[in-house]
Amino acid sequence: MALPIAAAAPRTSLLQTREALRRAMSEEMRRDPTVFLMGEEVAYYDGAYKVSQGMLHEFGPERVIDTPIAENGFSGLAIGAAMAGLRPIVEFMTWNFSLVAFDQIINNAAKIYQMTAGAYHVPIVFRGPNGAAEALGSQHSMAFESIYAHFPGLKVVSVGTPKDAYGLLKSAIRDNDPVMFMESEMLYGMKGEVPDEEFLIPIGKADLKRDGTDCTLVTWNKQIHTCLAAAEQLEKEGISCQVLDLRTIRPLDEQALFDAVCKTHRMVVVQEGYTFAGVGAEIAARVTEACFDQLDAPILRITNKDLNQPYNPTLEKMVLPSVDRVKDAVKLVCSRGKGA
Amino acid sequence: MTPEPLERMRQMVRIRRFEERCAELYSQTKIRGFLHLYIGEEAVGVGVMGALTDDDQIVATYREHGHALARGVDAGALMAEMFGRSNGCARGRGGSMHIADVSRRFWGGFAIVGGGLPIAVGLALADKTLGRAGVTACFFGDGATEEGAYHEALNLASLWKLPVLFVCENNQYAMGTALSAHAADTELTHEPRAHGIVAERVDGMDVVAVEQAATRALEAIRRGDGPRFLEFMTYRFRAHSMYDADKYRDKTEIARWKARDPLALYAEYLLAEGLAARADLDAIDAAAMAEVDAAVAFAEQGGLEPIEDLTKDVYTHDVSARGAP
Ligand SMILES: Cc1ncc(C[n+]2csc(CCOP(=O)(O)OP(=O)(O)O)c2C)c(N)n1
Ligand SMILES: [Mg+2]
Repeated sequence: MALPIAAAAPRTSLLQTREALRRAMSEEMRRDPTVFLMGEEVAYYDGAYKVSQGMLHEFGPERVIDTPIAENGFSGLAIGAAMAGLRPIVEFMTWNFSLVAFDQIINNAAKIYQMTAGAYHVPIVFRGPNGAAEALGSQHSMAFESIYAHFPGLKVVSVGTPKDAYGLLKSAIRDNDPVMFMESEMLYGMKGEVPDEEFLIPIGKADLKRDGTDCTLVTWNKQIHTCLAAAEQLEKEGISCQVLDLRTIRPLDEQALFDAVCKTHRMVVVQEGYTFAGVGAEIAARVTEACFDQLDAPILRITNKDLNQPYNPTLEKMVLPSVDRVKDAVKLVCSRGKGA
Repeated sequence: MTPEPLERMRQMVRIRRFEERCAELYSQTKIRGFLHLYIGEEAVGVGVMGALTDDDQIVATYREHGHALARGVDAGALMAEMFGRSNGCARGRGGSMHIADVSRRFWGGFAIVGGGLPIAVGLALADKTLGRAGVTACFFGDGATEEGAYHEALNLASLWKLPVLFVCENNQYAMGTALSAHAADTELTHEPRAHGIVAERVDGMDVVAVEQAATRALEAIRRGDGPRFLEFMTYRFRAHSMYDADKYRDKTEIARWKARDPLALYAEYLLAEGLAARADLDAIDAAAMAEVDAAVAFAEQGGLEPIEDLTKDVYTHDVSARGAP
């Protein structure tokens, strides 16, 4: 059989994150008539952040559904619908408002499968923007990965590129368990290449966004970009960092973390959300338990400072992870321990 | 406590000019984040505040600049807050959506829809328990009436006969969603009545009608009759926030409501009744502009809260410093 002279590179398109998310939802809705989207302003308004733009036109008001401002009610309703054969995608205008639905998500979505000994499952996706945007104050700036990852029964995905947003949202929609799917206001307009041919990215698999030898930066969602920028600058200063994008927080890709620490022996976790009982703490504990002998320095965490988000722009920046804070942490771990 | 007629005009004009300036300052990025303007709805805030006393408490939402001004929160401190400066009423920590002033018993800035309603009921409980005279006036939008917290708050206030004035600002839309698309029953006085609360629908573009309705309701509450509910029919003349392209409202609908601009209606009334002359209205306008200029100047000269203070106020370190509000 004659081989082509040069294998044609797979075709890709430059998509914004919002377009990648929309493509994932639309393809899944075409493929499976039980999938539908509901949330505040998703239909006639085309989505508060225009993620669902045009979907009402294609799928009609029975499958792209505007809700009243009743997060607890419509989340519970969607869980019920999922138990009885539908596959809802629930958009939170932002994850901050999911707190109004916390009881339904935790007491019902997370528990029903096990409480009913596997009789009912809850194939549902809760999705929306997560983390701080800019100048939105303390009630509109929270990151929820660690909150939801705390509960067995929930899966937590948090994406930072258009390609991952597409591939993981499709997997989330096909998953038979509740998936908390976290995006970012700041990344909706960000563009990236996404293959034109359909593909899935499995839940639970981290992705190395940059290779390096001295230190591993573990991160996800928009802090990937902080880490990549820090790694770039550190390279010029003679420190080689790799950036491991977790993509899924729960189930945690332990193998990827262990492999990374066996390679670089130093690790910094960079996350939004608070320090106390955050995802970074969980990672530090697990890696230390499993790979203590591989570590040349303690694992450090760069997180939101443990306080409520101020509106004042200088204080707001101080609270959040930044390139400088990441660089300082990397330099600190690289200056400590054996081989330093 | 009826204010003199020109005072109502003065308050509404202050709000209008302040909000117009905020819109400009937003495009200059002096004000950032989410900004929700009260233009078109001034008569509701001003009419209700005119019927309240200094002992009363106020709970408002993220659309609260107008309420703050009418309640006597200093315009400079309010503007500085929106600039994020340390001379703001929350030292620049809150921004436009989180305005509060303990000295005015003003608890604005509940930015989670429905979040302020149970708080208002609790503030009223505290007043009642501590033997204080105040009534708590709780402002919220039509959209908030779909939240569970709203129904729970109504029932609690009614069950325990607490001194709460529920003030529903029915501006016909929750963001881009028309009332008829978010409420099965668009007659918003029905739900409070089902909880045993006397409820009345009032023209929210007529500042005198607003004030009279509030005065009647407050009399009943102060007698110990329990909570009352007022639904004010109103309209926001601008988009939901500065992010909103406002494509969902019909031009003729907007024009119809703008024809009942609360400022113009009241000005006409004052002139027709001989309660004011043109020159009085011009003077009110000039004073409002000057006040807004001064507020902006005050905000401009404010500094940013220092970095050393970043961790301040997460917990109460000095309990004794906190007196009763
Ligand atoms: C719990 C919650 N859900 C959603 C939002 C986003 N949001 C902010 S304002 C708003 C509309 C509220 O409408 P309404 O209560 O009528 O007040 P209006 O803005 O018209 O004054 C929405 C959906 C929020 N802040 N909180
Ligand atoms: Mg409204």
